[in-house]
Formats: sequence, C-alpha cells, structure tokens
Amino acid sequence: MNSRSVEILVGVFMALFFVAMAFLVFKASNLTSLSGAKGYELSAYFENIGGLRERAPVTAGGVRVGQVSQIEYDGETFQAKVTLTIDEQYNAFPEDTTASIYTAGLLGEQYIGLEPGAEDEVLMPEDEITLTQSALVLERLIGQVLLNR
Amino acid sequence: MVDLLQRFGRGWIGAFERFGRATLFLLQVIIGLPSLFGRGFLLVKQLYSTGVMTLLIILVSGLFVGMVLALQGYNSLVRFSAEEALGQFVALVLFRELAPVLTALLFAGRAGSAMTSEIGLMKATEQLAGLEMMAVDPYKRVYAPRLLAAFIAVPALTAMFGAVAILGGHLVGVEMLGVDAGAYWSQMQSEVSFRHDVLSGMLKALVFGFVICWIAIFEGADCIPTSEGVSSATTRTVVYSSLAVLGLDFVLTALMF
Amino acid sequence: MSNVITLDENAESLVKIRDLHFQRGSKQIFRGIEMDLPRGQITTIMGPSGTGKTTLLKLIGGQLKPAKGSIEVDGQNVPKLSRSALYALRKRMGMLFQSGALLTDLTVFDNVAFPVREHTDLPESLVRHLVLMRLHAVGLRGARDLYPAELSGGMARRVALARALILDPTMIMYDEPFTGQDPISMGVLLDLIKTVNSALGLTSIIVSHDLHESMSISDYVVIVSDGVVVEAGTPEALRASESPWVQQFLQGKSDGPVPFQLEAPDYRDDLLGAKHG
Ligand SMILES: Nc1ncnc2c1ncn2[C@@H]1O[C@H](COP(=O)(O)OP(=O)(O)O)[C@@H](O)[C@H]1O
Ligand SMILES: [Mg+2]
Repeated sequence: MNSRSVEILVGVFMALFFVAMAFLVFKASNLTSLSGAKGYELSAYFENIGGLRERAPVTAGGVRVGQVSQIEYDGETFQAKVTLTIDEQYNAFPEDTTASIYTAGLLGEQYIGLEPGAEDEVLMPEDEITLTQSALVLERLIGQVLLNR
Repeated sequence: MVDLLQRFGRGWIGAFERFGRATLFLLQVIIGLPSLFGRGFLLVKQLYSTGVMTLLIILVSGLFVGMVLALQGYNSLVRFSAEEALGQFVALVLFRELAPVLTALLFAGRAGSAMTSEIGLMKATEQLAGLEMMAVDPYKRVYAPRLLAAFIAVPALTAMFGAVAILGGHLVGVEMLGVDAGAYWSQMQSEVSFRHDVLSGMLKALVFGFVICWIAIFEGADCIPTSEGVSSATTRTVVYSSLAVLGLDFVLTALMF
Repeated sequence: MSNVITLDENAESLVKIRDLHFQRGSKQIFRGIEMDLPRGQITTIMGPSGTGKTTLLKLIGGQLKPAKGSIEVDGQNVPKLSRSALYALRKRMGMLFQSGALLTDLTVFDNVAFPVREHTDLPESLVRHLVLMRLHAVGLRGARDLYPAELSGGMARRVALARALILDPTMIMYDEPFTGQDPISMGVLLDLIKTVNSALGLTSIIVSHDLHESMSISDYVVIVSDGVVVEAGTPEALRASESPWVQQFLQGKSDGPVPFQLEAPDYRDDLLGAKHG
C-alpha cells in the first residue's frame, strides 16, 4: 500500500465522516436546542403537570414554537412552575394566552399547547402565563367518573 | 486459607501495580502528543489502519442493526398504533446507545486487537528497543499517533454507523413495512435533539475511543515479548476494552440523560 | 573477586564500566563488573549464553538502569544522563540487534533512511545519496525496495548495519552478529565489520559466543561469566592464558568451571521425588 493511496483513502474516510455528520444534523435531528439561547422565557404555574418532561415541545395551533426548559415545584404556591423557552420569532402572544398540557395520542408524550387570547397587550420575556390548564390525569378522571355515579 | 488470602492479596497488589504503570504510560503518551504537529503523515497512516480498515465492518453492521431495530420497533409500536414514531425510536436508541457502544465494541475487536498485536510484535522483534537506540522516542513515534487516531476515528465511525443505521431503518420501516416516509423523518427530526442526543452519543464515542486505545497500546507495550505473550495481550485488550466500554457506558448514560 | 583490567596505557578507552551491579527479579546478573573498552578498536565480549551479554549492551545504551555502578561512554555517565542528553548520545551510538530490528512496515530504503529523516531536515535528494552509499557499502543497493520480511537473516543484519552507520556514529554495538549465519554470509559480515571499523574509525563492540570468528577480527577480548569479568586481553594473550575458565571456553569443553548443569537440587533426590513442594 503506497502512501498516496493511504492518503486518498483517509481523505475518503474523513469526507464520509463529514457527510454522516451533516446527515445527522440536517436530516435526523433538530438544531433548535443548539440555538436554544435565541429565545425568550415565559413561566406558567400548573396544579398538576402529569408526565410533562423538560425539553417537551411547546406548540401553538399545532406548530412547534418552543420547548419546556425547566420544571420545578414552588413550595409557596404548592404548584408546579414550568419555564417555557419560546423561539424569538414568535414574540406576540397576547397576555390572555392559555397554556394547557396535552397528551399526544392516548399514551403518548405530553406537551404544552398555547391558545392565544384576544388582548392587545403581548407577553414580554420573563412574564407569567396566568391562564393555565393542568394535565388530564387518567387515574383522576376514572376516579371522578366512579365517584359521580 | 491463609495461602488463598495471600494469593488474593498479591493479585490485588499486582492489579494496582499494572494500573499505576498504565497511568504513567498514558501520561507519557499524552506528553508526546504535541510532537505530532508538523508530522501529520504519522496520523494519516494510523487513521488508515484504525479508521479505514474498520469502515467496512462498521457500515455493514450499522445497516443490519438499523434494519433489526426498525423491525423490532415496528412490531412493538404497531400494537399502540404508534408506528409513526418509528423514526424517532430508531434514531434515539441509536444515538444514545447503540451507535457509540456497538461501534466501540467492533473497534476494540478490529482495530484495538490489531494495535496490541502490532506493538507487541514490535516489542518481541526488538523494533521498539531499536527505535530507542536510534534516539527515536516510541511514545512520540509509535503510541501518540495511535491514540490521536483512535480519538478521531471512533467518533467518525460512530457517526457513520448512526447514519447508515437510520437509512437501514428507513429501508425496512418505510420501504418494506409501509410506515409513512414523512412521519419517519419528521418525527425523528422533531424529537431528536442534536445537542442532547447526537452530541452526547459522540461524546461517549470520544471517551470510548480514548479508553480502547489506551488499553490497546498499553497491553502491547507491556506484553511479554514472546508469541504467547503477544497473543494473550491481544485477548486481554479485547476483553478489557469491551468491559470498559460497557461499564463506562453505564456511567456516562447516568451522567448525561 | 573483582578483576580490574588494565589496558596498555596508550589506548584511550571509550567505554569505562566500574563496579556495575544489575539484577533481574531475584537473579543477580552483574556483580561488580568492571571493564574498559579501547577507542577505535574492535572489542569482543564473550560468555556463555544467559550471562547477560545482551543486558550489558542495553545498559551501555541506557535502556536499562543499573542498581549500582557507573557506565561512562566518551566521558558521560550513561545512567545519570538526562533524557535529552541520553538521546543525543544515542545518536552517536549504533546498535545491531540480534534480529536486526528493522521496521517491518518500511522498505529497506526507508529503514536505512529512517534515522536521517527522524533527526535531520536534509532534502530528499541528499537522503537518497546517503542511503544508497550505505547500502552500497553493505552490498545491498539492489534490495532497496524489498520489505524486511523478504530478506534473509544475513541480509537483514547487513541492512541493519547500513542503518546503524547512517548517522556516522562513533561507536557501534553488535549483538550476536554471527549466530545462524551460513559460512558465506558469516564471512561477509566479518569483512564488513572489520572494514567499517577501520574505514570509518569506529569503535566496535561485538557480543558473541562464536569464538574463532570473533577472535579473528578482535583487537581485544573480554570474557564474562557469572556476573564478573573472568579474563580480558588481546586474543593472543587469551590463547596463552592458564586460566581453566578461559581454556574451557576456548576449547569448548562441556563441563569445567562453567558447569553444564544449571543449579538444581541433587539429581537422586529429584528422581526419587524426595521433599517435593
Ligand atoms: N526481560 C527480561 N526479564 C527478566 N529476565 C530477563 C529478561 N531478559 C533477560 N533476562 C534474564 O537475564 C539473563 C541475561 O539475559 P541476556 O542478557 O539476554 O543473556 P545473553 O545475551 O548473554 O544470552 C538471562 O538469564 C535471562 O533469563
Ligand atoms: Mg543475547
């Protein structure tokens, strides 16, 4: 094996590496979380978040507009505080926007859906979404049905 | 009984001694790394014998692993009518676990063992001693290029493994089982995060490459310079590096996800 | 018993070994060995196999560190040298290993060029010149494109000699250069060692147990056994020596002061299996 063909083959190898990387970046994953810094944060309090996880999608009208960046329990209000990171381009949600926790499919992953209200005032970075709707917890639902009978 | 305890104790002391020697060895190799600047041809040669020589087995295995994943995933997901999520399933399993771990195991078996036996034979045939007598430092000339090459080759091979496996999954899931192609790709794109999934997998690969190569060159340099010594060192390389990969995978997964 | 060997005063010595102790595991290999090897001459170190002749060359080359004692090469105490000083010294020492120790992934040409390319920035045309000159000297210019696996043992040693010579060393060490050679290549090697030594003004140290061949080209002979120097002197002086050691060695008797048997328990006891374990 002479050194020229070794060099050529190594060149091919590295090129394949870059092609594979490009494939992984553009075709098989999303880079939104890389540019996660380029967004603004909103917070929302929920009675119960069910199975919501960090990095779950935030959608409006079914379109992904951001993601859940932090979930913590607020010991003063006894509620779950969820921090949402919304992409910069979606910067005009009215103040009376409702945030609800939905489930994709019957057993699927949970996500947050935003339904814009009608106010003229818009939510600014660091604002709180006051209108929230907690997750539908299946056990609780069944319990209610049984009790109401 | 005392005899048994004594032997046990001696075994432990021996293990610590070897580990200490391996650490000092690694330090010297790392000190030798900067000498590779301006001597890129050494690196290219090692990239050839580690990366290029492992490429084929990685591509073939990747394709089949992707196909199997799609088949198994489909059979489980279809029960919940969630076969749309196949792309996401295949990609996440691959990036987080299978691509780095399987690539590392294949690399240990293919390139790691070759590295140990090559260095062991260089020792047995006095080539290493010969280099030293020619005032050439084997740490710089022999070990450092291999370490750097493995450091580059394993992540590269992991990326290729992942890409090919996703295509294999596409082949089975979309072409054969009839999952919607749009769903396959869009679910994958929306659920796989480049930073959290792809880059974490690459980080694993980087760690695996480093550790495998450390074990491989140390076993080679430390072997008993006979044909028997070289062959048992080669076996040790494969066993130790496979165990190290699996153990480290657990630790890294616990840290990352 | 410590033997200080004094040379004739006008021959300056290149290598001075004093009170050298070395052990491997529990085995004491050298117990206060002392020798002076004259500059510009061919010295042969002889001894039964397993006495540590290879080990001695590695000690001189600084690959092993002695437990005690000094090894001076050209005025520098090898065990005490810093790494860089040792490497600088090694550039002036050539060593021929028993197997040749050629790099198996390089051609003969690249093997011989290796030290030059590693240590200098000479242009490739000049490197080619230097390499072909050395290869011509050992008669293997025609083998430049072969790989070490394609060479016979004798050819491999000649290539290794060409490689050892390429940096113009002051001293060259040969480890068992004659073992396993047919008479013709033995003759070739003997001639080469002799001409190279006189033409380049080298100091040669040969380790060997091929008595007559090495005696025929040596100016000075040292016999080592059991960790110490038994006898040293010119070949003529040794042949005339009264010492039973030397006579046993020179005449190749199987038993004598150097016992045929390695130290072992009494044979009868061993056979009867007495006190085993
Ligand atoms: N790497 C080693 N580890 C332990 N013992 C060794 C090693 N190399 C050589 N020895 C021992 O050192 C002694 C001297 O070896 P060596 O210098 O090769 O002898 P010689 O070259 O005179 O035949 C031998 O008895 C051998 O058992
Ligand atoms: Mg020997």
